[in-house]
Amino acid sequence: MSFYEKFSEVKNLPFEDLFQAVSSRDVEKVLQKERLTEDDYFILLSPIAEEYLEEMAQKAHRLTIQHFGKTMQLYLPLYLSDYCVNICKYCSFSFNNDFPRRRLTMSEIDKESQIIAEMGIKHIILLSGESKQHSSVDYLKESLEILKKYFSSISIEIQPLDQVEYEELFKQGIDGLTVYQEVYNEEIYRDIHVAGPKKDFIYRLDTPERGARAGIRSINIGALLGMDAWRKESFITGLHASYLQNNYLESEVGVSFPRMRPHAGSFQPKVNVSDKNLVQALLATRLFLPRAGINISTRETPEFRDHIIPLGVTKMSAASSTVVGGYSEPDVTQSQFEISDDRSVDEIKTLLRRKGYQPVVKDWQLI
Amino acid sequence: MEDVLTLGGKVLKNRLFVGTGKFADHKQMGEALEASNSEVVTVALRRVDMEEQEEDILHDIPKEMTLMPNTSGARNADEAVRIARLAKACGMGNWIKIEVISDHKYLLPDNEETTRATEILANEGFVVLPYMSPDLMAAKRMRDAGAAAIMPLGAPIGSNKGIRMKEMIQIMIDEMDLPIVVDAGIGKPSEAAEAMEMGADAVLVNTAIATASDPVQMARAFDYAVRAGRIGYLSGLGPVSATANASSPLTGFLG
Repeated sequence: MSFYEKFSEVKNLPFEDLFQAVSSRDVEKVLQKERLTEDDYFILLSPIAEEYLEEMAQKAHRLTIQHFGKTMQLYLPLYLSDYCVNICKYCSFSFNNDFPRRRLTMSEIDKESQIIAEMGIKHIILLSGESKQHSSVDYLKESLEILKKYFSSISIEIQPLDQVEYEELFKQGIDGLTVYQEVYNEEIYRDIHVAGPKKDFIYRLDTPERGARAGIRSINIGALLGMDAWRKESFITGLHASYLQNNYLESEVGVSFPRMRPHAGSFQPKVNVSDKNLVQALLATRLFLPRAGINISTRETPEFRDHIIPLGVTKMSAASSTVVGGYSEPDVTQSQFEISDDRSVDEIKTLLRRKGYQPVVKDWQLI
Repeated sequence: MEDVLTLGGKVLKNRLFVGTGKFADHKQMGEALEASNSEVVTVALRRVDMEEQEEDILHDIPKEMTLMPNTSGARNADEAVRIARLAKACGMGNWIKIEVISDHKYLLPDNEETTRATEILANEGFVVLPYMSPDLMAAKRMRDAGAAAIMPLGAPIGSNKGIRMKEMIQIMIDEMDLPIVVDAGIGKPSEAAEAMEMGADAVLVNTAIATASDPVQMARAFDYAVRAGRIGYLSGLGPVSATANASSPLTGFLG
């Protein structure tokens, strides 16, 4: 079983023509429905549905409050290592980018953890470049012994692993897995991932399934918006999330909407995804998957993040550093991408309260 | 004689149980809990933060309420058991609402795993309140496993759809000798009253209060509704006839 089978059924559809063929009447009908089909989701991503963003937003807001309440989960990223064996056109950690690489020692992990914990954050996501040698399962297991002292939920966003490796990490306390497909277009995928194990489109596509089979509690996926036509990319991302939700009932599925940001390489986004476009993708996803977690990172500007809080978002990061060792030694090395929102955890908490949301720092317990 | 509900060794005068999720802030939650007059409150252990006492959810729960920690997040019996033990170790008492959910699309409870967890925890001395999909046989198994009460869902959790499982719950109320607490799906005070009129021993409400425009007033409304429904039930509701009573009976000639 693999999402690749489903993906193969839809990947060659004439998306442009099908999106253009959607009518206002189609959108209106979908907005009356309680449970949406894949076709309904497609309709909400069409150009004509842009005229219904306010109605979509009202409904998305209602559904989110109903299922998640007036709450927002806060978390922080912790970068462990920027060693990477892949050459990717769009990423600052790419193997061929020359900069002093670094991997945190156990005492450095302890130091970073202390600083994050002092901000009152209990949920973290561990990130690394993709290198089985540097961010190895053994290294992660050793790190977990320290991290578990400080945090109640620990996720990973590292190189894709085999199922047995996820099983080992789950046993040691990893409860979340984030893996972005980056782009659901095999041709573009092969073009931007020039060399390295990441070139294997299908192994990456199957990663969430290997994680879910290993028992990992929460699975988070996403497409890097800007790599290909966003309506199609969002549609396939939603199908992927829905497929995971239907086939791996024990895992909570979340969707992120990372948008390309400026970075050290010369590669620039192929498609300009406007704020309006991103909002449409987010709202359509919320209406299609009312119980999916939706995550917005500090790649987005403070103003934009403030506005989209009520539109279906359930998780936010704050005060993020995308630099290895960046909490204890700011500005020492190269970040993976530039963050746009550098507000502190307290500032984000104040903002959320002002908007009538309870900031939630702990929503899991290592058991 | 005063109408009370005896559960887990406690004598409860109020039959509204309340939840603590989904509130905009803890202060408002505390006020709503006060206004509800409820004596039993459920808290997800996953949200409890023993290290941040001031900001912790327990801080704003009125001290006189009985805590009923729940195992939200558990996907099987073993996880539920581990969460229950942690709750006890955190000093949250020995009541436990078992929630085992292995379906993240609709969040429907897994009756089989719930029964398994009930047995383990009842044997350890917990007052076990299993949250379940209404099913008489499963309820009997949970009773035999040591449950103190049974908590069938009225409709999928958070759906605010009311008592959609009415017939199944009515059968459980009629056939079970344990308290039946209707949990989940109740969206309006009138639906809480409806559950009480059916003969439910209590109801548990969370989303409908927490996500109301005015949670404090809504908590009060639920308190009244639950009392009204209970009094209605105790007073003996008039029989409901499916057909009108004919004014010229066909069998009148029989005298």
